[in-house]
Amino acid sequence: MASIIARLDDVELNYGERVILKNCSLDIVEGKITCIIGLSGAGKSTILRLLDGLRKPTAGHVYIRDRDICHMPEAELNEIRRTISLSFQFAALLDSLTVGENVALPLREHTHRTDPDIRKTVVDALDSVGLAHTYDTMPSDLSGGMLKRAGFARAIVTRPELVLYDEPTTGLDPIVTHLITDTIVRLRKMLNGTAVVISHDMQSIYEMADFVAMLFEGAIIAYGTVEEIKRSDNPIVQQFLTGSEVGPIPL
Amino acid sequence: MKVLDRFGRATIGFFEYAGGIVVLAGESAGFLGRLRIRFVETISQCYFLGVQSLSIVLLTSLFTGMVVSLESAVQAVQYGVGSLVGGAVAYGAVRELGPMLTAVVVAGRAGAAIAAELGSMVVTEQIEALTSMGLEVPRFLVLPRLLALLVMLPLLTIFADVIAILGGMWIAQAYAHISPDTFISSARQAIGFEDVVKGLIKSLVFAAIIALVGAYQGLNTRGGAAGVGAATTGAVVTSIILIFISNFVLSFLLFGSS
Repeated sequence: MASIIARLDDVELNYGERVILKNCSLDIVEGKITCIIGLSGAGKSTILRLLDGLRKPTAGHVYIRDRDICHMPEAELNEIRRTISLSFQFAALLDSLTVGENVALPLREHTHRTDPDIRKTVVDALDSVGLAHTYDTMPSDLSGGMLKRAGFARAIVTRPELVLYDEPTTGLDPIVTHLITDTIVRLRKMLNGTAVVISHDMQSIYEMADFVAMLFEGAIIAYGTVEEIKRSDNPIVQQFLTGSEVGPIPL
Repeated sequence: MKVLDRFGRATIGFFEYAGGIVVLAGESAGFLGRLRIRFVETISQCYFLGVQSLSIVLLTSLFTGMVVSLESAVQAVQYGVGSLVGGAVAYGAVRELGPMLTAVVVAGRAGAAIAAELGSMVVTEQIEALTSMGLEVPRFLVLPRLLALLVMLPLLTIFADVIAILGGMWIAQAYAHISPDTFISSARQAIGFEDVVKGLIKSLVFAAIIALVGAYQGLNTRGGAAGVGAATTGAVVTSIILIFISNFVLSFLLFGSS
């Protein structure tokens, strides 16, 4: 039986009177890539932030390796966060640091490794995403695709157990999208870890996902392998997959 | 009911704001107490927030000292007490104008810079990225700026005091023919070391206000570019108001009996 590395249990999240998630439950299977799909603004990125402890649910629980992180002290949560990495939609590299310094940051802050050792690890991480030559480049000098890959390098440099990717292919051309998709699959294998990916790019999802979860109106309404999702008889899922304007999803 | 509702919201907003700044100050002090300080970043902030503010502080202090001297010299010479001009200029500069003007100028430059930088980091998710890496934002971003201002604002104040007195001395000589010796002698009689120290105590409080208000406004930025603009404006306006209020309170406490 597959083990569960992270779990949302009946989560509800409200911003003021606006309901973002309601009765939302999801298991993240260890060692697999789980992709979350759904309409824009459905709360997919919020799920990643819940898994990383950046948001607290209004009700329900979020577990990382069976530990409820919702009511954990910040210091203890920071320990958990060292096993999780979040790769942001626009990379969120610190613009005052070079790419290499950005990638080195978690190592410098959380380890007592020597500078040469850190530099070697950072170069290896950058090399794994095809950016070894950008160590001394400022983030503002990178293209969109390179920025995302630099964000990947920062996310994987500490060899986390769980990597969360927030819309890694959004706004990229098909070739770079393919490159990014390949990179995510390769990094997961390299780390022997788990990945959760938010994406709207169905082709990319079909290529990388072990499991797909569809979020609609605050809850996971479908979950399964790519083939199971493709065969789903849920009209909402089918409308989303085909991109049809006609169907139960209100436009 | 609308008035009551607004009053209630404003009261809650005020206490949220004040509470937020106190929490930020407490967290920063906690990291300072445990010596978890980013020294390189602190030195870098000393240069950015302090050294780069020097020219504007010197300029404003020079002209303020000159105008105080100009106004008081005219009156003093008319009443035959020109020898007291040095004391008047030094007294005003060291106890009030030096610390407060320096703080206002630094609030406009450094306070705005802190709020704008942190606000931009919020809207580009850099703050979330730091948190997601398990890094404490108060230690990583706030403490270096707070320490830098606590070190640099008193130093800038000393420069401001000196340049205001020198500017006043020059104008007193050129405009009212008061010799530098008379001017300095009067200044030394009017102020003592204790006044300088009390002025520097004021500047320490102002430094904390500028850093914490700027950081709090920046970290609580909502929205995009407009939010950063609002945070920056809010930081400068709030800092300046708090500087004026605390200056009165501190003057009352420190100089009230003298």
